[in-house]
Amino acid sequence: MRSIKKDFFGNQVLTDINFTLEAGQVLGLCGENGAGKSTLMKILFGMDVIRETGGYEGDIIINGEKVVFNTPFDALKAGIGMVHQEFSLIPGFTATENILLNREPQKKNVISQVFGERLNTLDYKEMDRRAAAAIQKMGVEIDAKMVISSMPVGHKQFTEIARELSKDQLKLLILDEPTAVLTEKEAEALLNSIRAMAAQGISVIFITHRLHEILSVCDKVVVMRDGRVVRDVSTRETSVDDITRWMVGRDVQSAASRAEIKDEKADAKTVMSIKNLWVDMPGETVRNVSLDMRQGEILGIGGLAGQGKLGIPNGIMGLYEAGGTVVFDGQEIPLNNPRKCLDSSLAFVSEDRREVGLLLDETLEWNVAFPAMQIQNKFLKLLLGGLVKWRDEKAIHTVTQKYIDQLQIKCTSSKQRAKELSGGNQQKVCLAKAFALEPKFLFVSEPTRGIDVGAKALVLDALKQFNRESGVTVVMISSELEELRQTCDRIAIISGGQVSGILPAAASSEEFGTLMISKVV
Amino acid sequence: MSSNKNTPLGQRNLESMHNYATPLGRRILELVRNYAVPIMFIIICAVCIPLSGFSTSYLLNEIITRMGRNIFLILSLLIPIMSGMGLNFGMTLGAMAGQIALIFVTDWQIWGIPGVVLAMILSVPLSALLGLMCGKLMNMAKGREMILGYMMNYFVGGLYQLVVLYFMASIIPIKHASIRLPRGFGIRTTVNLTNMRQCLDNELAIFYNGVKIPVLNFIIIAVLCLFIVWFRRTKLGQDMRAVGQDMDVAQAAGINVDRTRIISIIISTVFAGFGQIIYLQNIGNFPTYTAHSQIGMFCIAALLVGGASVEKASIGNVFLGVILFHTMFIVAPKAGVAITGDAMIGEYFRVFVSYGVITMALIMYEIKKRRARSQGGELLALAQKEGGAAS
Repeated sequence: MRSIKKDFFGNQVLTDINFTLEAGQVLGLCGENGAGKSTLMKILFGMDVIRETGGYEGDIIINGEKVVFNTPFDALKAGIGMVHQEFSLIPGFTATENILLNREPQKKNVISQVFGERLNTLDYKEMDRRAAAAIQKMGVEIDAKMVISSMPVGHKQFTEIARELSKDQLKLLILDEPTAVLTEKEAEALLNSIRAMAAQGISVIFITHRLHEILSVCDKVVVMRDGRVVRDVSTRETSVDDITRWMVGRDVQSAASRAEIKDEKADAKTVMSIKNLWVDMPGETVRNVSLDMRQGEILGIGGLAGQGKLGIPNGIMGLYEAGGTVVFDGQEIPLNNPRKCLDSSLAFVSEDRREVGLLLDETLEWNVAFPAMQIQNKFLKLLLGGLVKWRDEKAIHTVTQKYIDQLQIKCTSSKQRAKELSGGNQQKVCLAKAFALEPKFLFVSEPTRGIDVGAKALVLDALKQFNRESGVTVVMISSELEELRQTCDRIAIISGGQVSGILPAAASSEEFGTLMISKVV
Repeated sequence: MSSNKNTPLGQRNLESMHNYATPLGRRILELVRNYAVPIMFIIICAVCIPLSGFSTSYLLNEIITRMGRNIFLILSLLIPIMSGMGLNFGMTLGAMAGQIALIFVTDWQIWGIPGVVLAMILSVPLSALLGLMCGKLMNMAKGREMILGYMMNYFVGGLYQLVVLYFMASIIPIKHASIRLPRGFGIRTTVNLTNMRQCLDNELAIFYNGVKIPVLNFIIIAVLCLFIVWFRRTKLGQDMRAVGQDMDVAQAAGINVDRTRIISIIISTVFAGFGQIIYLQNIGNFPTYTAHSQIGMFCIAALLVGGASVEKASIGNVFLGVILFHTMFIVAPKAGVAITGDAMIGEYFRVFVSYGVITMALIMYEIKKRRARSQGGELLALAQKEGGAAS
């Protein structure tokens, strides 16, 4: 790949990516979330999103020829196979059927001669043979006759890989975090099969957060950060510590400023205490988390994507099934009941602002005032002794205007509809909505996701100000460590669904990096 | 912590369900839960049969006749279930096409088996067209196929009335006055098929101990069953199964999902048309404006009584369902008389049970989905408890 550039609506996410890969080589690709790994692979695989968002710059050269893939099918034809993080398997089919999905060998018959090829019968013997050959190539034993839904995850992963291997033209296989869902044993088997594939001349791009795997299986490693390749070295010349540093290492100094103010809060009383929390949020499972939050602090929760940091607020606020005990202000909060949480003055700014956060078709005023109206009977005029509740339009307008000014929400008026705003401004509306509740405790999940630098600073400042002036405890969840370090007093790192450690914001990047990958599953 | 702590939850619950042998009591409970509807019907039939006092040969005769009459219609429901489109309430569209074909054949005075065959051939283009329309609309409303199909019944039912009541004999030529309304256009409220009555049933029929077995009917049904079995093994059948289980994955593998779904509905509608013709030739006449209206409802109810669900149905379900559902219909009025002294109670029962069964099946489908979801959480809690005990 040569000087690949990609921007999403002017938001540069990849800059000058160059690397080469030889036949039979295994390349490890690593980097923090948002470093651009996935985007890069999407470009390579010709995914639709890339074309829809305006294509990319630079060239992809395979075997000396420049190629352009418009669809994943073009990429498949050119011999590129990709195993995605999410399984792409039919649950009720056997491994064989999945391996040969839509590429089944067929037999002609009388009826198909008349009505067309789709009425060819399947050649089950040939299917078994080809599937067995693909599994053989991988060097792992899985039961080709077993139905996917009753397989352990590892076998599903192997089925996916076997599907790519069963394609005769396969030259390059991209594995996107294939070991993330595997047990250690299964992962070891996968690494072995990667070695076996490489020995047969298939090149592999291996994306993972488990750095020791890269060291054990890859020939070279490419480290990405902020859309750039920061290192491209042979694995023999590097170590886990080096890679970690390259992954997270930015200017370490900038974060220190926040830490000094904080010491006085160390003995503040615990305002919320989480014990043995589990949350069944798909892709963000939380396991046995115990965490104490102190009165008036800003606690950051960080970690890599899919490790469960988002599950914590979503579970406590009752959006996903959860269990364990959560005590707030001396009272136990019942789980799986969003209303009770809101009643006890907790508020939550969801990471999913379009689906959960906003009423997209309604005005800003409505968006800001709605929860407060629902939960706390604010902005209501009570008529007939409270029998009839009337909206107090004036109060709603005033409060909305206040937050528009305070958060510098760019809009035509407070009557504009929420969906017409840009992402950053929508995020500010979400915050305003939570502020209008005047909560005692605020969860903010991924407040800066998908918004530009300027808006980011504003949002973070607003949070800090809100925390300082109202003494509200804020828990901020973000995948951007740097942002957490600028804003928070303490940062808890979630890894593998568990708390792997809590550090002051001033701790070094290496320490955070080590915690992040310590329990990665 | 247990060794499988790294596997996501959905998988783990399946594993644990397979690994740990469930105690007998729980397995029976599971069985009852899964087959609640057939078990309930078996009990109802077991109670009602002695109460009704019918002789075995009468009962057998009735059941076999009704099987020959109805099974083809119900089999037409299987293919959309396979492609994940749920219970095809839109099968009524095929029934209407079959009726229109029968009206023409009656008018042309082509009787007996040639008439039936001609009606089937005539119904194909009409059914296919309606099926295509239905399939296209269902592709626009993925996940809500059943309610859409149900509403389509009313919509296309209106069109059917317009055609049969106003266009026939005015725009569309109808020669014979005997099937025309006295005012000169439109079709009479009943179309008489006396000359066609039971022509399929009587051909090759065997009498055994006073029980008439309509062999030709059963041969046709057997051929359709073989077709369905064979169809599952074709590329198209495989694609339909894939689409039915996960549209996104199928799409990603290069299967044309929308086209596959449309084909599935067309096949079902065409078979429903055939099925309606077989059904009506057995009865020997049909009420022009209402014959199709309940047919979808009863067929779906029968299929569900046989133990099928919204997402899974087999040929076995069809046969069991027809036998149980019709046995109940035959014995319920007599049993009703025996218990309450009123024959109408059986008729009430028929309608109320059909709707009840469908409602129950739809609710159970949702409950099952929800239970599968909450299982993830339970297992997580369990794993944590085990983990806590170990550490």
